[in-house]
Amino acid sequence: MRFVRLLGSAVAGTGRFLWDFLVGDTPEIFVAVCVALAAVAVISHHRHSSLGGWVLLVATFVILGGSVMKAIRTSKKK
Amino acid sequence: MLATTTAFPYALVVAVFLAALVEMVEALTIVVAVGHARSWRSALEGTGLALLCLTILVAIVGPAISHVPLTPMRVIVGAILLVFGLQWLRKAVLRASGHKALHDEDEIYRDTVAQLRAAGQPVGRDRLAVVTSFKGVFLEGLEVVIMVVTLGAQRHQILIATASAVSATVLVAIVGAIVAKQLNNVPENFMKATVGVLLVTYGVFWSGEGVGVVWPHGDVMLLAIAGLVAAGVWVQIQVARR
Repeated sequence: MRFVRLLGSAVAGTGRFLWDFLVGDTPEIFVAVCVALAAVAVISHHRHSSLGGWVLLVATFVILGGSVMKAIRTSKKK
Repeated sequence: MLATTTAFPYALVVAVFLAALVEMVEALTIVVAVGHARSWRSALEGTGLALLCLTILVAIVGPAISHVPLTPMRVIVGAILLVFGLQWLRKAVLRASGHKALHDEDEIYRDTVAQLRAAGQPVGRDRLAVVTSFKGVFLEGLEVVIMVVTLGAQRHQILIATASAVSATVLVAIVGAIVAKQLNNVPENFMKATVGVLLVTYGVFWSGEGVGVVWPHGDVMLLAIAGLVAAGVWVQIQVARR
């Protein structure tokens, strides 16, 4: 019973850590990366395998710029 | 060439070394604060225990992750590196453009010392000191472990990645022992930006390959991606400054 409780708290702790690590205070980055990869997968599977790479690169700049602008707007409101 | 499966992985070594350097400088601040405010013995016990746990983690997760099939591993590892790298770059851009305060080791040191002194002196073993230094080193080290495991596993070079992280840790420990204080003059934001560029570069390349992208010129594209990402970060810093 004690082992199960220990295992449960270890799993919960790992889950919390992964959530903080990947999502944390920038959920927009996590969501946007998932959406971008899904879009690139669709593009690449329709025989535009190198175009997908450039789309991913541009998406990366857009995600970074969007997240930075969001942070600046939030800090200005405060 | 930036990195190939046959050549020595310079980019991997640089990324892990710089990341470990940044994280261990932050950990050193907490350990030194614990040592000064409570006891050096407890601070070192907590540090040793954390380093042991991190080593065990690499030893378990490292070999396990290399058994995952290549395509799903590229998508997962690439996506993790991309998210992680973008988070580092976001902070670096905000700090470089003046929208976020630079990491102040002096302030963190003062806060930690004040908290530890307010807790009063212990009777017997100083558990608070051990736990504080353990948490400081373990939490900062976890980010490095994730980089060692993800970057190392993808290139089947976990040992080289581990050696790079250990070298940075030893370097910080030696400098910390000599000066016996936190290191506040490290160009942390520049190093964070460099690591961020490398993480995003590998993240774009591997996650792209994982979802079906065929990069022209193979691994040579890593150089082009790194250059473009670095230029993109510079542009975003200039835009954010306005």
